[in-house]
Amino acid sequence: MSKKVAFLQGNEAAAHGALYAGCNFFAGYPITPSTEVSEVLSIELPKIGGKFLQMEDEIAAMAAILGASLAGAKVLTSTSGPGLSLKQELVGYGCIAEIPCVVYNVMRGGPSTGMPTGPSQSDVMCAKWGTHGDHPAICLTPASVQETYEEIIRAFNLSEKYRTPVMVMPDEIVAHMRERIVFPEPGEVEVTPRKSPTVPPEQYKPYDTSFGDVPPLAAFGSGYKFHVTGLNKASDGFPTTKANLVQAEEERQVRKVDANIDDIVQFEEYLLDDAEVAVVAYGSTSRSARYAVNVAREQGIKAGLFRIKTFWPFPDKQIKALAGRVKGIVIPEMNLGMCSLELERCAQGKVPVLGIFRVDGEPINPDQILDKIKEVK
Amino acid sequence: MSFDYDKYLRPGKLPHIWCPGCGHGIVMKGLIRAMDTLKLKKEETAIVSGIGCASRLPGYIDCCTLHTAHGRAAAFATGVKMARPEMNVILCGGDGDGTAIGGNHFIHACRRNIDMTYIIMNNYIYGMTGGQFSPCTPTGHKASTTPYGNPDPNFDIAKLAIGAGATFVARGTAFHANQIDKLIVEAIQHKGFSVVEILDDCPTTYGRRNKYKSVIEMMNRLKDVAVPVKAAEKMTAEQLQGKVLTGVLYKEDKPEYIAEYAKVIERAKAAK
Repeated sequence: MSKKVAFLQGNEAAAHGALYAGCNFFAGYPITPSTEVSEVLSIELPKIGGKFLQMEDEIAAMAAILGASLAGAKVLTSTSGPGLSLKQELVGYGCIAEIPCVVYNVMRGGPSTGMPTGPSQSDVMCAKWGTHGDHPAICLTPASVQETYEEIIRAFNLSEKYRTPVMVMPDEIVAHMRERIVFPEPGEVEVTPRKSPTVPPEQYKPYDTSFGDVPPLAAFGSGYKFHVTGLNKASDGFPTTKANLVQAEEERQVRKVDANIDDIVQFEEYLLDDAEVAVVAYGSTSRSARYAVNVAREQGIKAGLFRIKTFWPFPDKQIKALAGRVKGIVIPEMNLGMCSLELERCAQGKVPVLGIFRVDGEPINPDQILDKIKEVK
Repeated sequence: MSFDYDKYLRPGKLPHIWCPGCGHGIVMKGLIRAMDTLKLKKEETAIVSGIGCASRLPGYIDCCTLHTAHGRAAAFATGVKMARPEMNVILCGGDGDGTAIGGNHFIHACRRNIDMTYIIMNNYIYGMTGGQFSPCTPTGHKASTTPYGNPDPNFDIAKLAIGAGATFVARGTAFHANQIDKLIVEAIQHKGFSVVEILDDCPTTYGRRNKYKSVIEMMNRLKDVAVPVKAAEKMTAEQLQGKVLTGVLYKEDKPEYIAEYAKVIERAKAAK
């Protein structure tokens, strides 16, 4: 039997990917350019007995998904820059209380209202540093409609596996372009279930590290009763200010991601084996980059593409290795230099990092990238 | 025989953080008596709060308890209730948490008429941060940030709730301890969003700045200003000057959100 295909927008694919992953609760607030996610899920979720909520504001939407997740639902919210800024306090709540959830953020021009219908890649630092305090961060940056579908599923899986919020951040071009998408069959793509407690309710502690760095999470209403707070907490979930407990808990929360980078980080290497110039790109910009690399090759320049799929945790290991074997790194991005900071950190001065930064609402075209590739000596 | 509060309290969590003379403990006891009257199952009851002194209440009660971020109790609770409609969802918090930073969530929870009960302990002040004025601090009164007297008009929480669409609104006081559980029982039994405002006292950060010599004086004030709604019917406007109505102030049968959403699911499935 041939697989189901469709011609979809990135945002629509995100909604369908969420459903494949078992999403049964969505709360959002209207915002350009991500509203199509809400619209599709308002149609689809009730059909399967799921819940769609349009809340009074972005903060409420984030709060509602966290509450629903604690009650056992698989949850999603969608937003864009200004909405992400508003949600950030509660993203931190999700991190410290360790509540699985997926935040889909379409990157548009900013800061503030910026350019609501223009593409941007200027929220990537927000994904890691937007909420205050030390915390784990996972952020995926898909580059196609198909990949948006697949990465939403992966985001749900990672959020359940590591019990932490996961962000998916397409730029506005990926979110609004239409492409052919091939749907996987049910069961074809793995869907990670939440790790539920194996101990009886009276023995349950919501942050019991004897089960590893990711403690099982019971659901409210499932027979388990426990306390959840945004304060620093001990393994029993109750607030503590004991220095050793706070230090250990903070470190564990970050370690959940840091110790599993190889499991989380995904990337694509294209024509890099003999490359002298590496273009590092993500999202829609990587599509222009691929074109530019192909043209460079035709012109006899040994260029290759390292495409970041997982922006956070950053692929440090791979970029450090790359910096050791190329003459220069080119980074095109729709911001004034965000990924380039990470690349410079990883390159450690070994090779130049040449940026192409656009914040005018126009995509970065292959010619610009090709010109920069040629600047590498 | 005296009432056994321990059956709903978490062992080892007392003493609570509240100052001597604070009424929050009286409200918590009222809530526990109400839960006992209704035989609420602990594992099927979620108590959700925001930030502040009053919002520490859930930590002491042996249920599914969620101490959220400042002002967000109603929004978190909406998620819990929608995901698990069979759970009893009770919200609690203070006046600043609920009507300032959480004001938007509060009015929209009222508007949706979702079947939850919100207990607001109104002590007219931000206590935990040291006594700054809240939207409920009476005009002219002193707070740490209104040293020359509060220029702001204050909210009437009950009127706000009624105006926003809550279908059950009641008011009690920390002085009238025996009434608190009865109001909460009726609120939980009501199908829809119910609000119970409890006029409370904060001797530490509000009382001493506003010339209350003792907790007893603050409690006596609550006793003096409270007028039951029935008694008020027989009083003149002049007699009601400076008084606060207590009891069930408003009750209305209106479509409840969970039930309405169930209809949405039915329509969606039929259209499939």
